[in-house]
Amino acid sequence: MVEKFDAIVIGAGPSGNAATYTLAKQGLKVLQLERGEYPGAKNVQGGIMYAHELEKIIPDFRDDCPTERHIIEQRVWLLGDDNYVGTNYRSEAFNSDKPNRYTIIRANIDKWWGEQIRKVGGLQICETTVTELIRDASGKVIGVRTDREGGEILADVVIMADGVNALLAKRAGLQDEAAPENVALAVKEILFIDPELIQQRFGIKEDEGVVIEIMGKVTKGMVGTAFLYTNKESLTIGIGCLISDFKNGDCPPYRMLEDLKNHPVIKPLIEGAEMKEYAAHMIPEGGYKAVPQLYGDGWMVVGDAAHFNNAAHREGSNLAMASGRMAAETVIELKAAGKGFTASNLAAYKKKLDDSFIMKDLKKYRELPGIMHGNKQFFGAYPDEITAAAHNWFTVDSIDKKTKEKQIMKSFIKRRSVMGLVGDAIKLVRAVR
Amino acid sequence: MTMMVKVEEKLYQNRYIVDESRPHIQIKSVEACQTCEKQACTFCCPAACYSKNETGGVTLVTDGCLECGTCRVVCQDKGNIAWDYPRGGYGISYKFG
Ligand SMILES: Cc1cc2nc3c(=O)[nH]c(=O)nc-3n(C[C@H](O)[C@H](O)[C@H](O)COP(=O)(O)OP(=O)(O)OC[C@H]3O[C@@H](n4cnc5c(N)ncnc54)[C@H](O)[C@@H]3O)c2cc1C
Ligand code: SF4
Ligand code: SF4
Repeated sequence: MVEKFDAIVIGAGPSGNAATYTLAKQGLKVLQLERGEYPGAKNVQGGIMYAHELEKIIPDFRDDCPTERHIIEQRVWLLGDDNYVGTNYRSEAFNSDKPNRYTIIRANIDKWWGEQIRKVGGLQICETTVTELIRDASGKVIGVRTDREGGEILADVVIMADGVNALLAKRAGLQDEAAPENVALAVKEILFIDPELIQQRFGIKEDEGVVIEIMGKVTKGMVGTAFLYTNKESLTIGIGCLISDFKNGDCPPYRMLEDLKNHPVIKPLIEGAEMKEYAAHMIPEGGYKAVPQLYGDGWMVVGDAAHFNNAAHREGSNLAMASGRMAAETVIELKAAGKGFTASNLAAYKKKLDDSFIMKDLKKYRELPGIMHGNKQFFGAYPDEITAAAHNWFTVDSIDKKTKEKQIMKSFIKRRSVMGLVGDAIKLVRAVR
Repeated sequence: MTMMVKVEEKLYQNRYIVDESRPHIQIKSVEACQTCEKQACTFCCPAACYSKNETGGVTLVTDGCLECGTCRVVCQDKGNIAWDYPRGGYGISYKFG
């Protein structure tokens, strides 16, 4: 006899964890399958974790969740060749007893989730790759096949939380392969360093954290961003660009990362740190228009596998947790009402998404991916011009300020024309309005 | 400024559980690579698993693979890569992620 569950969740990232936990807590018989040696073994995040969504699922998570530092300062830097222009926002208000953003080491968080799931009676099994969805004659998903011996398992509903590659939905013909302009590839390293040095270099106290979001010349004209985050005893540094741009360029991602680490503005911050791991992972960045079919007879898809990612705000794990929770709540509600997991009943999941920040935000930014992709000046010409303008403005010499202003404008126009500049401003405003 | 980097030195820091002689990614047709103009897999793969070879084609060694999926996305117009996950428990095992 093959075993049967109320629900099977594929994947132990934030989306699958939120779904499994929510289901198990309501007493449903749920099985979570993960291909990694342990939860987190396959996963990569910058990582900033947003408290709000986690709090909704586990209100007292702060008691034992292994976060790194709570973030009190956010910097946004535009790097030129040997300089940067930037903004900082720092506030003492972020030092509350319930901070809203933390830096994390992803493997620690995923393992912690595993313990929480066990505590509420969920069954999480690792070292098991799901190879295929099992469907009945009508096409309804009724279970999964795994690479374990006798690996067929049945369930009333299957939640695919298998991340950006989403192989299972693709294999089953429920989703197309992602276009290269809709996914970014990011590479990152973790660099261990004396916490005292972190505190000195970033001007923070123990437990306080700084995050730096980076754009500019370091992406070599490709559409992409970089980051430098402070953990307790380590720094994480990473960079990512659209795969379509990597494909048209000729700079391998690891070289881009190395150049970032050697940038004169970045190098002093990471000097003396010891690299302990190098990771790579894709990020779904196509936005609203790239969201696939989200449910069908016997199945739902959540998190990165559903392309839920807000690249403009570097949010992913929170959309993952929220969508996982909503899928689980849909299951709980249908079961309580004695309704089956048909496509028409599971449409309730889509309704929840539409009413939430997930679809609202993705919709708001729906034009942004296309604009970024089609307008490389945001990543090539502008960083040059803006840092040069700052250099001009802050160089004290005998040129009067009015002439300096003119020089700066002239230089912008030379690179981009007045109409080009105006057009870019309009495009950006439209895209984020 | 572009630094010369040895990606092997980066990968050396990582933990892998190797599934001996069971590569999870395969090139389908040697000829298709030989006529592939850009051979983008050779400079897009973050672990440098693909390298140009003397026959004008591409050689794939999956030992350092980070299982990101980029090569599959890059090669989708040619469709010349059979991409799968390693068996459960095998492959890259991030300590930090
Ligand atoms: C470099 C980088 C930086 C990021 N920074 C941030 C950040 O600062 N803040 C933020 O909120 N988000 C960030 N993100 C995005 C965030 O990491 C993702 O949005 C989030 O992890 C998605 O969660 P998920 O559960 O949907 O997928 P994943 O976390 O990818 O989890 C999928 C899980 O499914 C498992 N799996 C896949 N296929 C199978 C199978 N066939 N059988 C069994 N198991 C399977 C995988 O092993 C994995 O554990 C970042 C991403 C990257 C790559
Ligand atoms: S991109 Fe595909 S077809 Fe081209 S060389 Fe690489 S594997 Fe071969
Ligand atoms: S999955 Fe990623 S790391 Fe592995 S071979 Fe393909 S591109 Fe390289």
